[in-house]
Amino acid sequence: MHLSDFQLFLLITIVKIVVVLVITLTSVAYTVLLERKFLGRLQNRWGPSRVGPFGLLQPLADGIKLFLKEDLMPLAVERPLFVLAPVIALGCALVSIAVVPFGAITTYKGVDLFEIANVNIGLLVILGVTSIGVYGITLSGWSSNNKYTLFGSLRSTAQMISYELALGLSLVGVVLRAGSLNLRTIVNSQARHGALTWNIFGGLQIVGFIIYMIAAYAETNRSPFDLAEAESEIVGYHIEYSSMKFAMFFMAEYANMITVACVATLLFLGGSGSPFGHLFDGIFATGIVHAILPVLWFVAKVFMFLLLYIWVRGTLPRFRYDQLMAFGWKFLLPVAMVNILATALFLAYHG
Amino acid sequence: MQIALFLIFGLLAVAGALNLLLQKHPINSALSLIVVMMSLAVLYWTLGAEFLAAAQVIVYSGAIMVLFIFVIMLLNAGEEVRSKGSRAASIAGFPGAAAIFCVLTFTFLSERVALGKTEIGGYLSRTASNIVELSHTLFTSLLLPFEVTSILILVAILGAVVLARKEL
Repeated sequence: MHLSDFQLFLLITIVKIVVVLVITLTSVAYTVLLERKFLGRLQNRWGPSRVGPFGLLQPLADGIKLFLKEDLMPLAVERPLFVLAPVIALGCALVSIAVVPFGAITTYKGVDLFEIANVNIGLLVILGVTSIGVYGITLSGWSSNNKYTLFGSLRSTAQMISYELALGLSLVGVVLRAGSLNLRTIVNSQARHGALTWNIFGGLQIVGFIIYMIAAYAETNRSPFDLAEAESEIVGYHIEYSSMKFAMFFMAEYANMITVACVATLLFLGGSGSPFGHLFDGIFATGIVHAILPVLWFVAKVFMFLLLYIWVRGTLPRFRYDQLMAFGWKFLLPVAMVNILATALFLAYHG
Repeated sequence: MQIALFLIFGLLAVAGALNLLLQKHPINSALSLIVVMMSLAVLYWTLGAEFLAAAQVIVYSGAIMVLFIFVIMLLNAGEEVRSKGSRAASIAGFPGAAAIFCVLTFTFLSERVALGKTEIGGYLSRTASNIVELSHTLFTSLLLPFEVTSILILVAILGAVVLARKEL
């Protein structure tokens, strides 16, 4: 059978989307397990260890439990929005992975294999989709028709909008250095000498990286900014949700964590580039290893960033809400602006 | 391909705009407005204005509409009630809207030559990003209007702070 160029493109793209989606959802499930295991070890206990070898089948058991639970829906909820809210949250969390390049450019019949869509404004697409994800939280709190969920969603939304500014500004330094919003170009701009030219080290964007990291923790509602699920004062936006709808919020949170880790990897840690630069290029110059190795580097970096997430959760106590806001507006935002100014002056002086 | 995108998202924008008017509850109307804005963003993108599309999503649907929805949620605005005024408005409104639509269509069709035309997706095939061109224009030939606009926004922020301080 002979396929035209467009049909081939369509076919490969659909296959790519399915593969990436399956891998993302699986890694969401296993990030939960990783968190429980690693947090357990940090607290001197085993974590889940009963289901399967080393507790490896625990995500499956969790999934079955959530599927089989009764799907409660309170009578007074705004029904369409109550159902729509978790869909928006999960959908937005999963869409932004589409512009992330996982490996070096490897084309098969003119179609890039390791990235679903290579768009000129990849970074802005990720930021835009993240900013739409806020609606999932806002609407869930309001449509539950419960004043505590409304408070919870207001808190979370205000937190996300406030930290979005610092998050966006912390990335400007990287964009200035690369001169592009295309994620591929940003990765390539760091590839010259391996780890020495990564933005976090040689690019002198360590301040930007730290701001990004803190803002990203707040943006994904994670500890130490996890006020949405603070056990001691629990007014979260999702307290009326159960079964699969709750699971969707839960999956959205972990999918957001993975997206944030991907962006940190791409922008600050050299993406799929090897930390040794072109030192060992002679050994694997061609063949399948040459194509697969960058993907492994990428996954390893994302994994490191996720471990850092969990480590912080196991170490730091939770912020109070006013401290959270003051920290975001009075500290992170000015420091991010100073970082932009310093980067711009440096580039103007040297370039 | 591009014509398919244009048809889908153009129809979505029109449907969202109609839904905005027909919905009784303000929060549903606000959500329809978000649908309109997102579809417009896709239309901008198919015309090659990718930065405009991203700014539309981030600024309008992601930030400003969140504030709209906040206000609606916190004021606990109820469903709209029909009054004598709204009946009069609908009597005057439908012919008025039709008239504006006719005038706009007539202008666009008669001034076709003066307005020029753009090809759907015509700019997408170019590899260079148009953000570079946009920023060159903004920071060279349009620098003064650009800076004046930013000062205007700054003044607006200061005004909002002054107004809010009285309440505190």
